[in-house]
Amino acid sequence: MKYLDEYRDPAVARTLLHQLTQVATTPWALMEVCGGQTHTLVRQGIDELLPAGIRMIHGPGCPVCVTPLELIDKALAIAARPEVTFVSFGDMLRVPGTSTDLLALKARGADVRVVYSPMDAVRLAAARPDRQVVFFAVGFETTAPANAMAVLHAAALELPNFSMLVSHVLVPPAITAILDAPDCEVQGFLAAGHVCAVMGWTEYEPIAERYRVPIVVTGFEPLDLLEGILMAVRQLEAGRAEVENQYARAVYRDGNTAARDAIQRVFHVTDRTWRGIGAIPTSGLALAAEFTDYDAERRFGVGAIHAVEHPECIAGAILTGSRVPTDCAAYGTRCTPRTPLGAPMVSTEGTCAAFFSAGRTR
Amino acid sequence: MSIDETVDPAQAVCPVPRAEDERVLLGHGSGGQLSASLIREVIVPELGRATPPGPLEDAALLPIGGVELVISTDSFVVNPLFFPGGDIGTLAVHGTINDVAMRGGAPAALALAFIIEEGLPLDDLRRVARSVGQAASAAGVPVVTGDSKVVNRGAADGIFITTTGIGRRMPGAALSAAAPRPGDVIMLSGPIGSHGVTVLSAREGLGFDGDVTSDSQALHRLVRAMVDAAGPAIHTLRDPTRGGLASALNEIAQAAEVGVVIDDGLIPVSPAVAAACEMLGLDPLHVANEGCLVAFVAPDAADDVLVAMRARPEGAAAVRIGEVVAEHPGRVTARTLVGARRIVDMLVGEQLPRIC
Repeated sequence: MKYLDEYRDPAVARTLLHQLTQVATTPWALMEVCGGQTHTLVRQGIDELLPAGIRMIHGPGCPVCVTPLELIDKALAIAARPEVTFVSFGDMLRVPGTSTDLLALKARGADVRVVYSPMDAVRLAAARPDRQVVFFAVGFETTAPANAMAVLHAAALELPNFSMLVSHVLVPPAITAILDAPDCEVQGFLAAGHVCAVMGWTEYEPIAERYRVPIVVTGFEPLDLLEGILMAVRQLEAGRAEVENQYARAVYRDGNTAARDAIQRVFHVTDRTWRGIGAIPTSGLALAAEFTDYDAERRFGVGAIHAVEHPECIAGAILTGSRVPTDCAAYGTRCTPRTPLGAPMVSTEGTCAAFFSAGRTR
Repeated sequence: MSIDETVDPAQAVCPVPRAEDERVLLGHGSGGQLSASLIREVIVPELGRATPPGPLEDAALLPIGGVELVISTDSFVVNPLFFPGGDIGTLAVHGTINDVAMRGGAPAALALAFIIEEGLPLDDLRRVARSVGQAASAAGVPVVTGDSKVVNRGAADGIFITTTGIGRRMPGAALSAAAPRPGDVIMLSGPIGSHGVTVLSAREGLGFDGDVTSDSQALHRLVRAMVDAAGPAIHTLRDPTRGGLASALNEIAQAAEVGVVIDDGLIPVSPAVAAACEMLGLDPLHVANEGCLVAFVAPDAADDVLVAMRARPEGAAAVRIGEVVAEHPGRVTARTLVGARRIVDMLVGEQLPRIC
């Protein structure tokens, strides 16, 4: 397949691994930020082929995983209402809330549906004026433009029965929070290619300079990751700390201006709680004042719901990279993709689920 | 970390099931781990002594009066009823014929029951019945008895079909999920994933259905050609329907207590199916098929079987995808494209397309 097969060539992979072995003279710890990158690394076994001393720390870039428990509980409270059709991307449905999940709620009669685009939710609202259609707007900068367009579309149609439960998060503040942690071991980052396709990489330049860390904008295919790792290690070995772009076929320095404009029009930057990590200032998006009519939290009065994490789950340490899933006592026994205690075990992009489906053991 | 130390899926259960989950979830019908647990942990124990022990197979061998019969039954629920490459009628015929054939049965007859939802257009029913007739005639397997029931609007989704197939074991066929031995060659009769992607695309309006069609087809003639070529050297046949190839291989690895190793680079997937799976975050190994089979064959007969498969249109694209090993019994591993190894697990519940 064009644009895929050429980034999965085993011979080129061996060449890149060989170059990496020659370039790396001391151990280095790198973090891949995005869950899609974690999935490829673990599924293809790339992290186990890296030369001794090169360690990948799996970052917090799985949108399902960092959505706070509190927000899942709010989603459950809204979805349980008889007048509501609750609409979500598929992988949010199995995320455990405090007492249940959306799939189990659906089995008990709630109207919960999977869509593939937020515009499907707007179309559903237009077709069913008798239903309150609520879209669960989760994700990083990648999904924000389409969600912004959905709100603009609903506003243009003056749909009174469409709203969004918003939990958008932003990558750069998370990187800064990780670098500010006293026990941070990360020496270089692979930034998420698709996030940068929207946002560009200018906002990473001050981070690279201030913290003296190389940041390589990297794609998601096996060869992308190997090349991104090689570029980061080359910088570290040379004592450089710059933003470089491995994913040149998709990412420009300024990103996609139309997509950024849509985000800026509909959302404003806000403080956000990350599941397992805690509150990070200016790390999320909320609906701008002009669009608060479409805020499901307000419409259904669920702002007061608070939740407490399962005491055994070490999702926070997993998401910041200070522990790996196999360090967890519940991993693989009390916590599996079938019976997840925490979010990283739910999405295929979650670090725990990626480890489990690759058969890794404690 | 060695592959041998991996987690035992049998241990991977929650000791204290949450009360909320004590209901059937849609994922219990996915053909993956949840489906297996529904059968093993809920249904079979309640059947008690009414069901004999042994590995769970798609069809049963039933010796009656010196004749070895093969019997299988299957229910078909699909939304939409009609999709590119087939409809619920063709599925109901092909699926049951294939289940009989996977145990080495030459299908002799089908029994068929419709559950019809009040309000179904009669034209749709005619169209489905016509498909049943055409598929059964083309396969040379008559529909000899049947039943129909109508239920209230909302109590069914258009139409459900249950088909039972019966056949006689082909001479030389000795097929069981428990039969594979280390050294066996694993072969696949054609590309995977087209049925699941076609139905998903047609149901959700994703627009891939112009490029993909369901692979729904009867495989009994292909099985006959394979059995004629190699007889008992063919140890196991399975059509990887719900749960996909990954679930079928895991079920066989567990039933036979052997390890299965496949090669990611050898699994045939059409470009359109691969593109759709990439976009939706689905693994083609977990996507349903209705017209291909996976075969476990003794190594010295493998070439003969491959030639026999490729001589039939249903098996024209047949390829070797891996082999059986003594290591990691009950587990399926894959050699990845970059040369590492990973575990191939069963689908857990429903396939849930990811966010980004």
